[in-house]
Amino acid sequence: MREVLFGSPLAWACSVVLAIVALAAMAGPWLSPWAFDAVDWDAIDAAPSTAHWFGTDGVGRDLLARTLTGARVSIVIAISATLVSCLIGIPWGAAAGYIGGPTDMTMMRIVDGLYALPFILLVILLVVLFGRNVVLLFVALGAVSWLDLARIVRGQTLAAKNEAYVEAARAMGVGTPGILVRHIVPNVAGPALVYATLTVPGVIIAESFLSFLGLGVQEPQTSWGVLIADGAREMRSSPWQLIFPASMLALTLFALNVLGDRMRDALDVPDRARSKTLKTQAGR
Amino acid sequence: MSRYLLGRLAFALVTLLAVVTVTFFLVRLAPGGPFDGERRLPPEVEANLRAAYDLDKPVVVQYGRYLARLVRGDLGPSFRQKDFSVNDLIAMGLPISVGVGLTALTLALLLGVTGGTFAALSRDGPRDRMLVLGATLGLALPPIVVAPVLVLVFAVTLGWFPAGGYATAKHFVLPAATLALPYAAAFMRLTRGSVAEVMQRPHVVTARAKGLSPFRLVARHVLPSALLPVVSFLGPAAAALLAGSMVIEEVFSLPGLGRYFVQGALNRDYTLVTGAVIVYAALVLTFNLLVDLGYARLDPRIRHA
Repeated sequence: MREVLFGSPLAWACSVVLAIVALAAMAGPWLSPWAFDAVDWDAIDAAPSTAHWFGTDGVGRDLLARTLTGARVSIVIAISATLVSCLIGIPWGAAAGYIGGPTDMTMMRIVDGLYALPFILLVILLVVLFGRNVVLLFVALGAVSWLDLARIVRGQTLAAKNEAYVEAARAMGVGTPGILVRHIVPNVAGPALVYATLTVPGVIIAESFLSFLGLGVQEPQTSWGVLIADGAREMRSSPWQLIFPASMLALTLFALNVLGDRMRDALDVPDRARSKTLKTQAGR
Repeated sequence: MSRYLLGRLAFALVTLLAVVTVTFFLVRLAPGGPFDGERRLPPEVEANLRAAYDLDKPVVVQYGRYLARLVRGDLGPSFRQKDFSVNDLIAMGLPISVGVGLTALTLALLLGVTGGTFAALSRDGPRDRMLVLGATLGLALPPIVVAPVLVLVFAVTLGWFPAGGYATAKHFVLPAATLALPYAAAFMRLTRGSVAEVMQRPHVVTARAKGLSPFRLVARHVLPSALLPVVSFLGPAAAALLAGSMVIEEVFSLPGLGRYFVQGALNRDYTLVTGAVIVYAALVLTFNLLVDLGYARLDPRIRHA
């Protein structure tokens, strides 16, 4: 892990950036003298200054405070959605891998089929039909991000199910659900959670994209997507409203991607497309 | 070969039916009906409307009728845009979306495969490092960041390209470039990895030992097998392209399918949203079938299975 986070200058810089973003998001309300929804009547559409480091938006709200609150919302949604995806992906992969045979084939065929679907549409449909609230948003995003995880957990389970402790449990007469819950899931959960962090940037992008279109987080609440959408509308007259939130999002995603790649290399997870090739080769 | 394709076709049809079923019932599960406006309608009018949209029948009958119409290619009337059927709206939006999407995909493939091959051939050299860094950047920058920034730089400041609209080919440059960027990066990384791997295989080593020119070596011996992962990524890429295209159409004011979908979603035009989901899914599944076909052509092990 230390090698992943600090192994090269680039990785080092990325870890520092992420730490700063996370800390700033947590400490946001205390860092800025302005509340994210407080209006400064003397500074409407104001350019960055000593009073407002990131400037203000069209109704005079401090952009630094808003960017930090937005970071908070985006990050919390991303982490919650990732947890939801674990709740689905880990049992799914573990069950498929452990039971094996036709059940495994059917379950993994379903995963293959789902890969081909434009999931984001389903998320939009859900959000539109059942109201635009944050809880639904992260549950829906999590419910569509578990596919990679299910595949990885299945692979881990295939390796774990021939271990002596599983055999011992079977010999003692523990049923399949018991073995899955007591022996398989706890043993694959550790690595699975590490892999799960790889889905975080994807969920951040999905959330920001939905909020950008007006389908995600709603006013007066804010997120990076909302801020970038607002900024994009005003970019001709006040470009800072676009530049600050956009670079914050881009920087975070870049850092997450760089570290994610290093982690993937370290753990040697096959790329999604690559694993498909390997599978076709194996199944000839 | 034909068994393989028939299996794929059946799988795609089952998936499509599942999508249709899920969307149909989701829409009916949603709280509130399409006619709950601010103004209460007279009961007779509402009854007539419900009858016209089959809403007075049991759900199973509605589902049957919907499927029957769908088979004939009829997606029903739009709930919000009174004078249009969903078919009309999709017919207006689809060509624009497909045009931008295919341009972007082609651009991404060209850039990605060339870049990836070059990177693999000069592995760990400075050129490779630059290309890999570029790809990481391309993957990290979502379209909601890239699109407005490109408009700010190339349309507002430099004035090289128009900021929105779809009158000339010039209007499509910025949208297609934005949409292509992350996929070019993804294709580049895939190509780089697999070209590097194929370069080690015995047949390539032999061809190299026989003194084949680098160009012929790559074109004849390396790329055909190195492109397999790229081709298999085309399917998921096409599915993901849609999300990006919605943002692009919003930012560059292109009246494509994504725009209708988002508008429909924002003002709860249920039939339009359902129709768009079905059309999107059908498009993606068709594209996946084509990819499978191409895959079978590239890979003799599947062709002769």
